[in-house]
Amino acid sequence: MILIVDLCWKENSLSRYEFVSPIENIVKSTGAPSRVRHYTAVQDADLKDADAIILCGTALKDNVFAEDFERLAWVRECTLPVLGICAGMQTVAAAFGGRIEPNPEIGMTDVSVVGADGIFAGKEVFPAYELHSFAVVPPDNFDVLAVSDRCVQAIRHASGPIYGVMFHPEVRNEWVVERFAAMTEEGRGGPDAL
Amino acid sequence: MRLGVLCSGGKDSLFACWRAMQKEEVVCLITIVPANPESYMFHTPNVRLAALQAEAADLPLVEVESAGEEEKELDDLRRAVLIARERHGIEGVVTGAILSVYQATRVQRICHDLGLWCFNPLWHADQEAYMQGLIDEGFAVIVAGVYSAPFDERWLGRRIDAAAVAELRAMAEKYRITLTGEGGEIETFVTDAPFFTRRIEIREASAEYKNYNGTYRIEKAVLVPK
Repeated sequence: MILIVDLCWKENSLSRYEFVSPIENIVKSTGAPSRVRHYTAVQDADLKDADAIILCGTALKDNVFAEDFERLAWVRECTLPVLGICAGMQTVAAAFGGRIEPNPEIGMTDVSVVGADGIFAGKEVFPAYELHSFAVVPPDNFDVLAVSDRCVQAIRHASGPIYGVMFHPEVRNEWVVERFAAMTEEGRGGPDAL
Repeated sequence: MRLGVLCSGGKDSLFACWRAMQKEEVVCLITIVPANPESYMFHTPNVRLAALQAEAADLPLVEVESAGEEEKELDDLRRAVLIARERHGIEGVVTGAILSVYQATRVQRICHDLGLWCFNPLWHADQEAYMQGLIDEGFAVIVAGVYSAPFDERWLGRRIDAAAVAELRAMAEKYRITLTGEGGEIETFVTDAPFFTRRIEIREASAEYKNYNGTYRIEKAVLVPK
């Protein structure tokens, strides 16, 4: 089961349709079972049942999650594969000691792959949809997998499948979520699974 | 949160409005009326009838005229959003964008510049579920324009009911068109919605059609009890 975590400013918000449902639809299309939880409602049982976790993005003006990182501290202790998208990438970076800096970007940009990794295999440069007010300076123990002219676009923990992507893969890059789901299906393990 | 909904009169903006109403407070509709029928941003047939829809929904309408030239119309949209903020105190804007990065990006930028929230509640929605939702939730939608093969004249003014969706589905499988018309293949007009206190009755309309390109122009319409 893939646990899809809604990071929007409140449970069942108007933003859920935009930032959570599209991810849920992509995961469903892969055949993987999923469960959606708002970040304020994630229970130990959800983490226990999950094989992987996706942390979804939020609206451009929504940074409530960043005031609530304490509640998301479990990300640091997580032994499951994690894919953090935009706000989710910021959550992953913050959990592991990275920095979050203002860096707004809206619209399509070219993303260049700079690090070897299963998810980005076969990709060199691809157009991606950006919608962020902040970007991250990756934590020390993370590798940079992809960049744009503006900021780091993808990171992975040096010892396992804990990912962050700044672009929104639900727009024209669904393959990122599909490959993450497939990797989870194959790996079924913790950070050392890859 | 007080929201203004960008409204072209079509199904996407009014369904987005309905979703927004279920979560937040919609305080006005915002309509751009382009002079250019080829407008990049704004759907055009019958857009002036958004005033009737606003009346049916008991919502004030902010209407701004635009020359409809690419990029300049963004200034007109910004002006309309500013008026909505001044008159109605909106804190955010809602759009009916489904797949258009062009449209979504530009509205996001305007909202960002003005410090407003931006919501796209149909963004990458499941097309089947959305079209079924329109029917199940009581929207009355007609086809107001066709701009692509294989749409023939019969589609102009046709109600999008279960039979029409089934036909659209078959066409989408055979041709390179989207089920929702998001690719610009069709435009629609909403005559009734669950939040309308009265429905729109079309009394006079005319159709023009040539070579897979046609519009259904509503000449006279009135509000009647539901």
